[in-house]
Amino acid sequence: MGKRVGMEVAIASAEAAALCRFEVAAVYPITPQSHVAEHLSDIVNDGRVDASFMTVESEHSALSAAVGSSATGARTVTATSSQGLLFMSEVLPIASAMRLPIVMIIANRAVSGPINIWNDHSDIMPMRDTGWISLFAENGQEVVDMTIQAFRIGEDRRVMLPVNVNMDGFQLTHMVEPINMPDQEEVDRFLPPYVPYATLHPDRVVSMGTLGMPEIYAEAQKSKDVAIVNSIHVIREVWKEWEAQFGRKYEPIQSYRTEDAEIALVTMGSMGETAEVGVDELRKQGVKAGLLKIRLWRPFPFDELKKAVKGIKVLAVTDRACSFGGPGGPVFSEIRSALYDVPKRPKIVNYIIGLGGRDVQVEDFTAMVLRAAKGKLSEPYEFYGVRG
Amino acid sequence: MMNTAMKNPKNMIENFELYAPKLVSKEEFFSPGHRACQGCGEALAIRLMLKALGKDTVITNATGCMEVISSLYPTTAWNVPWIHVAFPNSASVGSGVEAGLAALRRKGKIADRRVKSVAIGGDGGTMDIGFQALSGAMERGHDMLYVCFDNEAYMNTGIQRSSGTPFLASTTTAPAGKKIPGNQVWKKNLAEIMVAHNVPYVATACQSYPIDFMNKVKKARKLKGPSYIHCFVTCPTGWRSPSETCIQLGRLALETGIFPLYEVEDGKYRMTVEVPEKRRPVQDYLKGQGRFRHLTPDQIQTIQERVDIEWETLMIKVRNSKSKEELRAPRAK
Amino acid sequence: MTEKKWPETWQEVNPGCMVFRPGSALEYHTGSWRAKRPIWDNAKCIKCGVCYIFCPEGCITEDADGYFVANFDYCKGCGICAHECWPKAIVMVNEED
Repeated sequence: MGKRVGMEVAIASAEAAALCRFEVAAVYPITPQSHVAEHLSDIVNDGRVDASFMTVESEHSALSAAVGSSATGARTVTATSSQGLLFMSEVLPIASAMRLPIVMIIANRAVSGPINIWNDHSDIMPMRDTGWISLFAENGQEVVDMTIQAFRIGEDRRVMLPVNVNMDGFQLTHMVEPINMPDQEEVDRFLPPYVPYATLHPDRVVSMGTLGMPEIYAEAQKSKDVAIVNSIHVIREVWKEWEAQFGRKYEPIQSYRTEDAEIALVTMGSMGETAEVGVDELRKQGVKAGLLKIRLWRPFPFDELKKAVKGIKVLAVTDRACSFGGPGGPVFSEIRSALYDVPKRPKIVNYIIGLGGRDVQVEDFTAMVLRAAKGKLSEPYEFYGVRG
Repeated sequence: MMNTAMKNPKNMIENFELYAPKLVSKEEFFSPGHRACQGCGEALAIRLMLKALGKDTVITNATGCMEVISSLYPTTAWNVPWIHVAFPNSASVGSGVEAGLAALRRKGKIADRRVKSVAIGGDGGTMDIGFQALSGAMERGHDMLYVCFDNEAYMNTGIQRSSGTPFLASTTTAPAGKKIPGNQVWKKNLAEIMVAHNVPYVATACQSYPIDFMNKVKKARKLKGPSYIHCFVTCPTGWRSPSETCIQLGRLALETGIFPLYEVEDGKYRMTVEVPEKRRPVQDYLKGQGRFRHLTPDQIQTIQERVDIEWETLMIKVRNSKSKEELRAPRAK
Repeated sequence: MTEKKWPETWQEVNPGCMVFRPGSALEYHTGSWRAKRPIWDNAKCIKCGVCYIFCPEGCITEDADGYFVANFDYCKGCGICAHECWPKAIVMVNEED
């Protein structure tokens, strides 16, 4: 049945992990994730979940400890942001190669240079090659739902991959939102106990993390790629199950008013809600505007994207990160690449927005769309709203 | 070069150390077929350590020689559960293993018997790049043993200098050059750092004293909490010494006082292998290794003086240290 | 379970490159590295077991009579056993001889 609560989203994400009966949490605090770490430790120290909370001494150790714990078969959760994610980045591809279903809650925060604790996606974007399943939440409800779904997806024997759940730092983490918090009984029905493929235990001796010589490394990588590509089937299945049980629908790409749209925005994360209002305003002005909101980033939802852009003439992709000196923002580059072979594809343009916590407002979205409609963007990408 | 126990052939029956090997468990947990160099002291130390640990062990291994030579997919030399993740995180992964096993045992999801988490690494993976993880894991109080296999350089990547490299040793990143004759600083004492972390059991060991090493491993395994063993191991390849002198060099390191074998329990220091009253001159140890062949008599004398000072410092601790238990006792009255 | 041929296909590679065959390193015979091999003279052997304890390969075993012998599939010829043998019962001889 669930209970409707008003809760700070960071706290809610920890509550969601608690509902999943995590067994080990290894977390190092970093703004704006700290409340997740703190609340997880509250949950453990109050005995609400029978688990260990490891106050590790760095993010690298946080993910390393999570790998060790997950390898024994314990359900493990961690969380980080920005510099912490970069610091632990060495272990990210190892965790996915070792097929360990760790769940990581990421409070997306700008990457340093200059140091900035506010929201953008420059922390998660460099990690897109690491083989983790990546979900992007738009509001507090989605954060809670996706955290629970993450365990279910990652632990599925057909997947066996780590999953990160991305929520915008401060924009989501520190907001108090209305959330329908599922009951323990509901979550227990949805998420069975974890049955690992292999564990570190003398009753079945295994060596994990062996050396892969050139003869086998490529095959190991192909195997990992196939695993994450195929995981989309499990993700779609899990989302159908979720809808059936909880009544809330999730799709890899959620379309808003695109049935007859000629020009559409693409967003990821919390700004999607603001963009919706922007689309409504444009519609009032007679612009046939629409919006695509990406929920599933990895594995990349090719099929859903191709379907979603049918009939659209101009696609204005917004990126909260820049790939310096590259062909454009990460989301833009990937969408453009994914649609390259589609005969009737939209003109795709790119706005880099909202860096370092810069607020993106309704007026910004309408201005971006109108500018894109006039064909006024600088190639290949444009920083929106930068003075000078 | 014979050890002190072998000096008197007429007392063969009484030379317990000579016959003690026959009392050691015959079970092998580290199979032959591993790709370690001929005469590798570290491979021997691993073999001995595993005999002392037994099958209810999970090994976490940092990147380094031992990991590379033992785990070429699709084979493994390990007969116990084993995990390797990366270079700096053996201690943190090992602490995660410990937490996971503890949680699962508490919840009845695995057999109700003790499986010990043991993390291992070389001097690089422990004293340098792995230092932070080691400090954190030991300080958090996990029921975990950490064993550092110290062969005094980053051997697997090609004999580069580490904080365990002794003064004036020639390594590939601090070579004995025309201007600068090798490593210019003294070896970092990680055992002392672990004592300062209040690790309840800290010990030094060496592959040349197998019974002593195995006893220390057994003691550490029994303890519920963090423990640390610093195991000095010979690397014939990196030290440029003949493969057959592997054991002999470890013995000389002890007999010169360069690497004494002791344990610190709850803060109390105790020597575990007797060193002759008159220690052998350091020259006896240095001369058998190519990494020291550039040393001048003056340099050897500098090393001798420093070894003497460090020995005396250790003796002061052995004579005067008290365990926390002993210090607590008077207050109870 | 069917034996996989080496090198494996991507479908055959174990997830995470895990190895479920403990001690399978035995498949690789390091004995081919040897330039010298140890020969025991049992007349001199005092059956102390020092050679067994100090072998880095762990390839020396005790036979039924309590004497020791190296497994030449794995012995790398490092010479530690001969060097440590107190009664000098082990001698290293060239492989070619």
